[in-house]
Amino acid sequence: MFLKNLALAGALAGLMGSAAIAADCGPSGHSVRVLGSDFPAIQAVTGTAETNCAANAGEFTITLRDNTRDLMNQALTPNPAEYTSVIVANSTLTQLMNDGLVRPLNDLVEKYGANLRPNQLITIDGDVMAVAFMANSQHLFVRTDILEQAGVEGIPSTVEEVVAAAEAIRAAGIMKHPLVMNMNVGWNVGEVFNLFYFAHGGELFKPGSAEPNVNNETGVAALNSIKSLIEYAHPDHLSQASNETQGLWEAGQAALGIMWGSRGGAILDGEGSTDEITSNTVLAAAPTVAGGAIPAATLWWDGVTIAKNIPDEDAEATFAALASALTADMVAEHNDDAIWLIEGFQPGPAAAGVSATAAGGAKPYPMIPFVNLMHNALGSELVDFYKGDETAEEALADVEAAYTTAAKEAGFLN
Amino acid sequence: MKHRTFFWFILPTLSAMILFIALPIVSVFIQSLFIQHEQVIVESESCGPFGCTPTSSVDTEATAKLREEQPLGRFNGFNTYANRSHLAFAEVGEAWHTTDSLGGFIDAVMDLPFYKALIFTLSYTFVVTPLVIVLGLAIAVGVNKLPKLIKGPSIFVSLLPFLVTPLVGSLILFWMVDGDGIIGATLQLIFDDPSLSIKASTPLMWIMLMVYGVWHTLPFSFITFYAGLQTVPQDILEAARIDGASKWQSMMLVVVPHLMPLVSFVTLMLLMDNFRVFEPIVSFNAQAHATSLSWFIYNDLRESGNPLYASAGATSMLTILGVVILLTPVLIRTWRDFNRKSH
Amino acid sequence: MATKRDTQLSPLAIVTYGAVALWLIIAAFPFLWTFWGSFKVQADFFSKADWTNALYGVNTVRETGGAFTGQGYEGAWVKEEFWKNAINSTVVVFFTVTISLTFGTLGGYALARSGFRYAFWILFAALVFRAMPHITLVSGYLLPFFEWNIWGIKPTTIIVLVAINQPFTLWMLHSFFLNIPKDMDESAMVDGCTRFQAFRYVIIPVMWPGVITTGLFSFLLAYNDFAVTAMLLSEENETIIPAINSFLGSDQVEGSIMFAVAAVVSVTAPLLVLVLFFQRQIVSGLTAGAVKG
Repeated sequence: MFLKNLALAGALAGLMGSAAIAADCGPSGHSVRVLGSDFPAIQAVTGTAETNCAANAGEFTITLRDNTRDLMNQALTPNPAEYTSVIVANSTLTQLMNDGLVRPLNDLVEKYGANLRPNQLITIDGDVMAVAFMANSQHLFVRTDILEQAGVEGIPSTVEEVVAAAEAIRAAGIMKHPLVMNMNVGWNVGEVFNLFYFAHGGELFKPGSAEPNVNNETGVAALNSIKSLIEYAHPDHLSQASNETQGLWEAGQAALGIMWGSRGGAILDGEGSTDEITSNTVLAAAPTVAGGAIPAATLWWDGVTIAKNIPDEDAEATFAALASALTADMVAEHNDDAIWLIEGFQPGPAAAGVSATAAGGAKPYPMIPFVNLMHNALGSELVDFYKGDETAEEALADVEAAYTTAAKEAGFLN
Repeated sequence: MKHRTFFWFILPTLSAMILFIALPIVSVFIQSLFIQHEQVIVESESCGPFGCTPTSSVDTEATAKLREEQPLGRFNGFNTYANRSHLAFAEVGEAWHTTDSLGGFIDAVMDLPFYKALIFTLSYTFVVTPLVIVLGLAIAVGVNKLPKLIKGPSIFVSLLPFLVTPLVGSLILFWMVDGDGIIGATLQLIFDDPSLSIKASTPLMWIMLMVYGVWHTLPFSFITFYAGLQTVPQDILEAARIDGASKWQSMMLVVVPHLMPLVSFVTLMLLMDNFRVFEPIVSFNAQAHATSLSWFIYNDLRESGNPLYASAGATSMLTILGVVILLTPVLIRTWRDFNRKSH
Repeated sequence: MATKRDTQLSPLAIVTYGAVALWLIIAAFPFLWTFWGSFKVQADFFSKADWTNALYGVNTVRETGGAFTGQGYEGAWVKEEFWKNAINSTVVVFFTVTISLTFGTLGGYALARSGFRYAFWILFAALVFRAMPHITLVSGYLLPFFEWNIWGIKPTTIIVLVAINQPFTLWMLHSFFLNIPKDMDESAMVDGCTRFQAFRYVIIPVMWPGVITTGLFSFLLAYNDFAVTAMLLSEENETIIPAINSFLGSDQVEGSIMFAVAAVVSVTAPLLVLVLFFQRQIVSGLTAGAVKG
């Protein structure tokens, strides 16, 4: 596949001696085995690392698959682990750290991290646990032509303005359901709650404990904000995730959307859509709620970790190889593949939404050990509220009950 | 057959099953009786590209120490089976005391995830299984009556729903039933209701999942019954005809009884497979309206980050128990047959 | 010879033909639709605007200049090298079916010939084993397989597929062997054959129809498997179904859904050939097998 070609390119470059321009690949002859999800930014990072350092390593393999998250913990548990590095995001780093499967990188960063910016380092109590290279978040997508047609001025910046704009579009008879949101039951429903709960200033857990803290006024307010939006969403919204919402957008069936920034590039390219749609699509900051200042979004990063259960030399070689890829040169070559956190990134139109959302002070997705359990409980229990079968309070009480059951089993609560 | 010979013949299959199914079942059962150690949580601060936030993390060293002392975790007995995510005895009891009408009680119980999943699983099983058997038989009879020339192609077309991988088969159907898809749009036209949406309505979603289930498994019962029809003794049919039996009578009195053993076999397999319904729910993004026991296991193992083994184990054991209960009538019949044959 | 009564078009016959015709349309329609749509671009086949786009290919014309495009096929087979997955699948399926049938015939024969009660309990246990949800089993395998360093390779997946398909194979073959008269092998044993020789020289020659039928079902189970193959195979050993799934994309990035559609259409073709080829055996196999069981 794609990887094999890169391997070949890497080997050739190595033979000709031109790859080793400046890359410091650490101790030679050791094993580098990287696991990650399969998308362009990760392909760019791992591919560059391979080009730079495959010749130096005794073994260099890259495994990019869709279900990385489902097997990475088991893969890193044996000693030696199946992989020397896993490329993770906020929530998956938590999953690895819960089982103590990744090592602190402080000394490695000191030795090989000359290219890294300080804000790329993910530290927990001073220990660098991961090195981030790209960012992502949800934000607002807007069709300016349709807003104009409906007589809405400017780009909505609050949920209330989004609702008003949607109403204006509906009233003008342009679209009955002008809004798209990823409301697919499960992970997406949980995530949407997070966005609005954080924007309302909520905290998922009582301070300093694993006790749930969602069944309160803030939680109800968040649910009501969401409800006011989905009033204008496609009737099938509870079965729509990114693929469906992007499809609706590209077919011109929506004028306002809360979608992932990483889909911006795909929406703005001509494929699957018409010029009329792409040229009028603007990526803007996520809206704020109820007069607050926090955009309704969670900020995500993807980054590099190094496994704990491997020989130190392998760890060093792996980190050196990956760090050699996190440079301005790599970004220059793959500028539009992601919203890079690395030096030298030139934000294009596809990055505008995420940049504005981050600048607006959106919260990062929390890295709390039990956050995945809460997320899952939210994802499965809030549906009854959206379907109109339960009140907000009942649904939130169910969330707390489901979370408590799971957290007890996982040992976080007694 | 001598015990010794029997042993050597059965050894390969039995060792494969014991190693890869029986031992895992035992281990899953044991795991379902334990819950994880109390996690040692420490307060900390996490910093990243978006600033610093107070957070907490697991003190893995301290937790590992606990784990070493008791590798399986804390013994919890059957409490996982009784908790809110499973049989929810406490919650059901509370609902019984706090609700004043039977309807209210049922509503309260149906709000519990396990019972919600169970009710869909059972409805699905008991709707799809008989439909697949009856329709499979009807189509088999129909195809059997076709002229020879078109019989072959018909059999082949009938097998198609079974051949296309459910992963993509349901993806395509998912798009077809969309409000903008061919089936969804046609239904809107037929019912003259432009806001009709299958995916937004629980009853319609149930119907769609069941229709898909029937469509996908019909070829299995069809091909089995079609084969069975080839062996119906022609002389008995002839005799019945001479005695003045109508086609319908000879069908019900001769053909169906002849096929009964096949019906048990197909029922056995269908009940079991339908009780474990999972793939359509995920492929149709139907979790908002329908969940099943197998979906539950998936949710515990894959969606909650670090897997909840005890919870998934308990649901798996309850699934096996459910299957055994469902199959009991068919099994009793097999037991009788077995005893009759062996004497 | 067809009698007059058989060929006459009675109202019942018209209803029967009508019902069969309806079924054939329902069975074939999604596949034909997919086949037609596999030559369109995604914006047409999965059109959110108007489903008739899938018929006429409005966006296909706009994007490629023609009403039909081979992009999906080219993408899957050339760009994503889907043929490697096809080879992997061939290997996995071939060995799974062969080993399943070998184990299954031996075990099924023994169960059919043993009159002891434990034979029934083994069959019963096999049913209980079959009731275990595969997803739980697979999650349980992961850690030991990583520990023993046998994760990701084809033999591991093959033996797992064999094991979890054994209950079905065993039941089916058992009922098939019940219908081969006991006298056949027992008279051979009277003539001085051992049990195994009787099996080898008397039973094997007559068992093919049943074995082929069971084999077809094992084939489909192994071929269409996703739960096991998606979790237990490494990238280079990936079979077709997980590969198709990876074309579908994730929450983060858009997939190449048309690659998946084209891949599905192309892998269904060999299945059709296979079914046509074995059609007669499937039917005769089941006839001899499960009917009187």
